Amino acid sequence: MRLTALAQALAASLLFASPAFAADKVKVGFVSTLSGPGAGLGVDIRDGFNLAVKHLNGKIGNLPAEVIIADDQQKPDVAKAETEKFLKKEKVDFMTGIVFSNIMLAVGPQVFDNKTFYISANAGPSQYAGEQCNPFFFNVAWQNDNLHEAMGKYVQDKGFRNVAIVTPNYPGGKDAVAGFKRFYKGKAEEVYTKLGQLDYAAELAQIRASKPDALFFFLPGGMGINFVKQFVAAGLSKDIQLFAPGFSADEDVIKAVGAPMLGMFNSSHWAHDFDNPENKRFVADFEKEYGRLPSLYASQGYDAALLMDAAVRDVKGKLDDKAALQKALQAKRFKSVRGDFKFNSNHYPVQNYVLRVIGKDVQGRVTNKTMGTIFSNHADAYAASCKMK
Amino acid sequence: MTQLILEQALNGLQFGLMLFLLAAGLTLVFGIMDMINLAHGSLYMVGAYLAAAVAAASGSFVIGVLAAVAGTMAVGALLELAVLRRLYTRDHLSQVLATFALILIANEAVRAIWGDQPVMLNAPEALSGPVEIAGFSYPAFRLLIIAVGVLVALALYIAVAKTRVGMWVRAGASNREMTEALGINVKRLFTLVFAVGAGLCALAGAMLGPLLAVQVGMGESILILAFVVIVIGGIGSIRGALVGSLLVGVVDTLGRALLPWLLRSFLPGEVAAHLGPALAAILIYVLMAAILFWKPAGLFPARG
Amino acid sequence: MSGAIYRQSTRRRLLAAGVFALLALLPPVLQAFGQEFYISFAARVLIFALAATSLNFIVGFGGMVAFGHAAFFGAGAYTVAVLMESGVASAAIAWPAAIVVAAVLALGIGFVSLRTRGVYFIMITLAFAQMIYYLAISMKTWGGDDGLSLAVRSTFGPLDLKNDATFYWVTLACLGLCLCLLDRITHARFGRVLQAIRENESRMEGLGYPVLGYKLLCFVIGAAMAGLAGALIANHGQLASPNLLQWTQSGTLLVMVIVGGVGALYGGAVGAVVLLLVEEVLAHYTTHWHAALGLILLLVVFRAPKGIAAWVHGLFARAEKHE
Repeated sequence: MRLTALAQALAASLLFASPAFAADKVKVGFVSTLSGPGAGLGVDIRDGFNLAVKHLNGKIGNLPAEVIIADDQQKPDVAKAETEKFLKKEKVDFMTGIVFSNIMLAVGPQVFDNKTFYISANAGPSQYAGEQCNPFFFNVAWQNDNLHEAMGKYVQDKGFRNVAIVTPNYPGGKDAVAGFKRFYKGKAEEVYTKLGQLDYAAELAQIRASKPDALFFFLPGGMGINFVKQFVAAGLSKDIQLFAPGFSADEDVIKAVGAPMLGMFNSSHWAHDFDNPENKRFVADFEKEYGRLPSLYASQGYDAALLMDAAVRDVKGKLDDKAALQKALQAKRFKSVRGDFKFNSNHYPVQNYVLRVIGKDVQGRVTNKTMGTIFSNHADAYAASCKMK
Repeated sequence: MTQLILEQALNGLQFGLMLFLLAAGLTLVFGIMDMINLAHGSLYMVGAYLAAAVAAASGSFVIGVLAAVAGTMAVGALLELAVLRRLYTRDHLSQVLATFALILIANEAVRAIWGDQPVMLNAPEALSGPVEIAGFSYPAFRLLIIAVGVLVALALYIAVAKTRVGMWVRAGASNREMTEALGINVKRLFTLVFAVGAGLCALAGAMLGPLLAVQVGMGESILILAFVVIVIGGIGSIRGALVGSLLVGVVDTLGRALLPWLLRSFLPGEVAAHLGPALAAILIYVLMAAILFWKPAGLFPARG
Repeated sequence: MSGAIYRQSTRRRLLAAGVFALLALLPPVLQAFGQEFYISFAARVLIFALAATSLNFIVGFGGMVAFGHAAFFGAGAYTVAVLMESGVASAAIAWPAAIVVAAVLALGIGFVSLRTRGVYFIMITLAFAQMIYYLAISMKTWGGDDGLSLAVRSTFGPLDLKNDATFYWVTLACLGLCLCLLDRITHARFGRVLQAIRENESRMEGLGYPVLGYKLLCFVIGAAMAGLAGALIANHGQLASPNLLQWTQSGTLLVMVIVGGVGALYGGAVGAVVLLLVEEVLAHYTTHWHAALGLILLLVVFRAPKGIAAWVHGLFARAEKHE
């Protein structure tokens, strides 16, 4: 017993003392929400990620890639247990996949303590953008507030001054309101609903009575679908222009709501009609592979794999050299399907945000169309308070 | 202001009637067979998915609804014959476990067939907008839900109160052994009641599909509300289910509409803004706890 | 006759002691096989075993099917997290506080809820748990939907809880103590009266027993133990999440109890271990593991109607008869 421990210690000290060797493969731990009502988002990220690995011929940074996948059931404690297993038992080189910020915040500390890089393909909590920013955390999507900010800016620029905001009564909802109001300066009537609410008749009647000229809503998951359906059925879409962050108006929601969403404006950092060769290949192959249009979640999963690939290539497979790997990730030497972006000092993207409108494409499908740029090279509001070690 | 309150009362009525469609089947199955059926919400989900699939294939919402009701009744009857029948004589906890297992299986089956993402089910074009009544516009489809809810309530009342089968059902709800002793084929009656309950679920799912997301897990969130309703009304009582549904619908809707406004009038703005939505969210649970405190077997206890 | 029973229960206690000794050996064994990760997993299983055991005391011995146990589990977790936030890291203060908070909460909820019975009791306990859930997610100071994370684990005298093996042993000790306590209670006069009430409440009332008081005390004891489990789970994941307060959590605990065996002392623990292990194994093979779990649960309902503990009991009893 004692002998094995001694041998282990010896082996460990040897490992650390010696210069970093090139690894013989790259192991990625993918923990995401793959079952239950929130599964659609996690499945899209996974499919996007897998497509990228396929495009890279099953390799990440010229090394054979092994992607191990686990389901967090949208429960923080399950996510923690799965992550623990990937870190301690599987000894993965990268972690990715988490959809929801509350789960990200739950598993973050153990990943960082283990000095493993986390490449977030969705969750972008403000904590990790500001004071709790971490060298081992990179986000290839956005900071949670960004899409709300973009919508606020557009609504402000278009001259709307009387806007109703609908969001669930929980801190995530209040953050959305704060993000929107960072750029929108007019009158705002804030309506708070219950998290997971089904029926919005009461709120809609209230909104009808107060006669706003625009409405911005942030209602995650099925809530947004319910709200849009009921908003249109109430006939409010004629007098009130609807605005939402891109994740409330992407393919998954469109697939569930359909024609009533026509004419709805939303903000995003990516759209499937972006005109660059990387994106064209991604969208075409995604459709071929999975039989549906990719959502922004899928694009983020795809980019997460590309970021890992570029960084591992940069350090020539020496995954143990954490400092070099961090530098390589920060440098971001790959072509994103969203066009270009770079990492801020807090490892969150500085990128363009565009306006999309839901319309019909040439094939008659209801889908998003890019209208123009809202922000160019936009950073988040928390980077200033990040003191990256 | 009066107009707004009127509209909100109508909203409450509509929400209540929509809950009633679910609660009616639940309370019958519960009352007559003494069976806790958690999978009731799964039948609602199956109904909504069937309606969506058939409506998309046939291009007709009405055909979708009819097919959903028929299909779900068949699923319900099969379920009763294959699994649930063996549970009637078991204790409530075994029923809870078995029907929980059915939820897990149903959710996965629906995911396997229709995928992870929500599917589309929209109202027919003619009903997708609002109509003008007495100076304010109201969604046509919600009016249809009110009409269907009232019709179903009436039909159920007549079926339960005036027909022979209804008499058996009432007899079964208040004293099962006695009913059996009277020589009524309780087994067949149970299958029938269960199928009817499943059909009502499907009707609810199909009618609510155009207002709510048709997705995996949709049954569980509404199941809790349906249980709240039947417990408030008194288990086994159709009348109780109706009163309970309307009470929950109206209290929830008016609570959300009026509480924040009411609190603002006598509390400082900041406190009211925090407290209002939080209180509105738990209002129906407070209502239920209060009713059970004073009437521990609900408003209209069916068993003597 | 009584001698035989005495011998039997001594044998069972010896067996239990043996199982605990084996469980205590788990960390070094796992370490020797290079599977350290599973120590933390095992600790999580033990915590759920404790929570399910506490619920089983209420359901199985008190005869009260409570569907709001998450409220007490979560309350314990939040108590530890809130105290940690305000600078109290000592387990000697925080853990008893978690127990007290859960117990006080149960006193209030139980007092109102015990007017009802059966399904009405199920639903009223759910209602209270839902109220607490919605209040918790709307409270910004409690982290809302994100929950409250703990910067460190509680300090526990000279022991370092950060070490997974140490934490595991402390959890095992908590579970063992609670099981001993429940064993004592169920064999004491209080427990016998309680079980008599479960069998025939009106008769016991007629005999002059303060039935309500007995049931309320049982409810509070169960909740207090759930509070301790909550304190442990907050430390285990270094997080008090609203997820712990959700009704699905109450449902999971109840499923564990039913699977393990309602009314069997070890029923809750057995159920927790079986369910979490099955989950762990199934989820490894397919993302559609819910369906497989459903089939297994159906199998339990029809093949082991009184739960796995009773089923195993039956096997033992048959074996003993053959001796």
